[in-house]
Amino acid sequence: MFNVVKAELRKLRRPTLFFGTMGAALFFTGLITSFIYLMIDSPQGNGDRGRSIGREVLGLASGSVNGFASVGNFLGIIALCVFAAQTAQEYTYGTLRNLLIRQPGRMKILIGKLISMMLFAIAMIAIAAIVSIAISYILAPGAEVSTDLWFTSAGFEAIFTTFINVTISVVAFGIVGMVLGLLLRSPISAISFGVLWLLIVENLLIAVKNSLQNWLPGAQLSAIASGGAVDLTYKHALTVGGLYVAVGAIVASVLFVRRDVAN
Amino acid sequence: MPNTAISVSDLSKKYDDRLAVSHINFEVPLGTVCGFVGPNGSGKTTTMRMLLGLITPTTGQGHILGEPIEHPEKYLSRVGAMIEGPAFYPALSGYENLMVLAKLGGFPLERVQQLLDKVGLGDRGKSKFKTYSLGMKQRLGIAAALLPEPKLLMLDEPTNGLDPEGIQEVRALLRDLANEGTTVFVSSHLLSELEIISDYIVMLRKGEIVFAGPIGELMAQQQPTIIAKSLNHSDLKRIVEIAELAGHHAVIRNDSVHVLAEMDWAPVLNKAAFDAGITLAQLAPQLPNLEETFFEMTGEK
Repeated sequence: MFNVVKAELRKLRRPTLFFGTMGAALFFTGLITSFIYLMIDSPQGNGDRGRSIGREVLGLASGSVNGFASVGNFLGIIALCVFAAQTAQEYTYGTLRNLLIRQPGRMKILIGKLISMMLFAIAMIAIAAIVSIAISYILAPGAEVSTDLWFTSAGFEAIFTTFINVTISVVAFGIVGMVLGLLLRSPISAISFGVLWLLIVENLLIAVKNSLQNWLPGAQLSAIASGGAVDLTYKHALTVGGLYVAVGAIVASVLFVRRDVAN
Repeated sequence: MPNTAISVSDLSKKYDDRLAVSHINFEVPLGTVCGFVGPNGSGKTTTMRMLLGLITPTTGQGHILGEPIEHPEKYLSRVGAMIEGPAFYPALSGYENLMVLAKLGGFPLERVQQLLDKVGLGDRGKSKFKTYSLGMKQRLGIAAALLPEPKLLMLDEPTNGLDPEGIQEVRALLRDLANEGTTVFVSSHLLSELEIISDYIVMLRKGEIVFAGPIGELMAQQQPTIIAKSLNHSDLKRIVEIAELAGHHAVIRNDSVHVLAEMDWAPVLNKAAFDAGITLAQLAPQLPNLEETFFEMTGEK
């Protein structure tokens, strides 16, 4: 298993993939975090779906990670794309047969791939957290937001909790991408399906019937990153989101282990 | 220690209603070069995939280096393989691609550069795989197959895309490996190549074994041919009649008559043709080569 992780990390560290992914993560992190502070007085709101995040909220101990928690959803979509592409490309390039000849334990391949991509995702999340908190700290005085409580023990606890929540959410999005990659066996199909579902289909469904946000997978995983959402508790999101991920992962793993590698 | 590198018994693979491989039986002795031949779609790659644990057989058993194919983890560390062409990550260099596989298999990393040198890619190892020519990709595939210092090497069409010099190098490499004790199981459409390097032949047609055994045994089964050419093309029909009158099957191919007969009948044909007023321009006994044998046995062409 350790060998699989080492081999996969070798692929993940190639400059175009590594810097491309980190660049995308930094772009969204910078954009969304800046938006919260620069648009603080905007009547259109400065948060997700027109929500307003006021000075009193940003001035709390958890204020430093407001931007970071908001960007969790985008980091999740980036993870979904990377996990889906890294998994499905083994089929399109025909490299899966090389992997299985060198490591016939299919579950070891799958788990090793997951661990390596999780490490990659955690690196991305850590960089995003640092950049988001740094941007928040730089922009807070201009937006008249107090940072007095940010680096107290309660503040550090909020940073840690948010980091864990975002990590759970992003890895779960990644696993969804991996499942799609295994099921569809094509990076383009897996990414298109995943992104279209999360960004368009779920939002349309929720716009038509608001209560669906309690049951749709993307909404649950986004809520986990934010530590819960309006009308959607963290515990509920964790349970329902976890169920989606677990069922998907089990189905995809069984298929991967049993399916003939005929391409 | 078994004395066979590969042994399969009643091995079949069925896809929906199509039987890709049908109850095949064969053995490949250790330390030999075994040519695996058959027309496109005859089941060669499917058989190789079953032997490598990539697909599950519908029926039958197989053993690789004494281990059952149901447990590829027991033998794949001693097997090198390249099937259905070289498959690598296009954005990684040849060197990085081999490093991925070396790390995955837990092989010594210094072997990567050694193998790149061995297959003639030493100076192109840092180039991305997507920039390689077909021949270079093929060489990288062979290098990848050699990573585990295999006891058994399974190669599917390893000379595809290689120039004549490259083909000769691969031939020499395979022979050297066999001399060092590696069993080589190789499929190729270049039957003349296989004839030169193979000790054993396994011949497939429509998923069934046509022949499996030593190549010498196969060639000995084949009837020799006498090829006769006349100065006048119009005499060819008359030569066919002479041969058939003596009970030998004869056909006209291009500008000559091919008579299925033992070598010692050639002087008899020569005399009969002379008596019939035919002047032969050429009279040559010829043993069929592997390609002709293959076409005859598989009914192709």
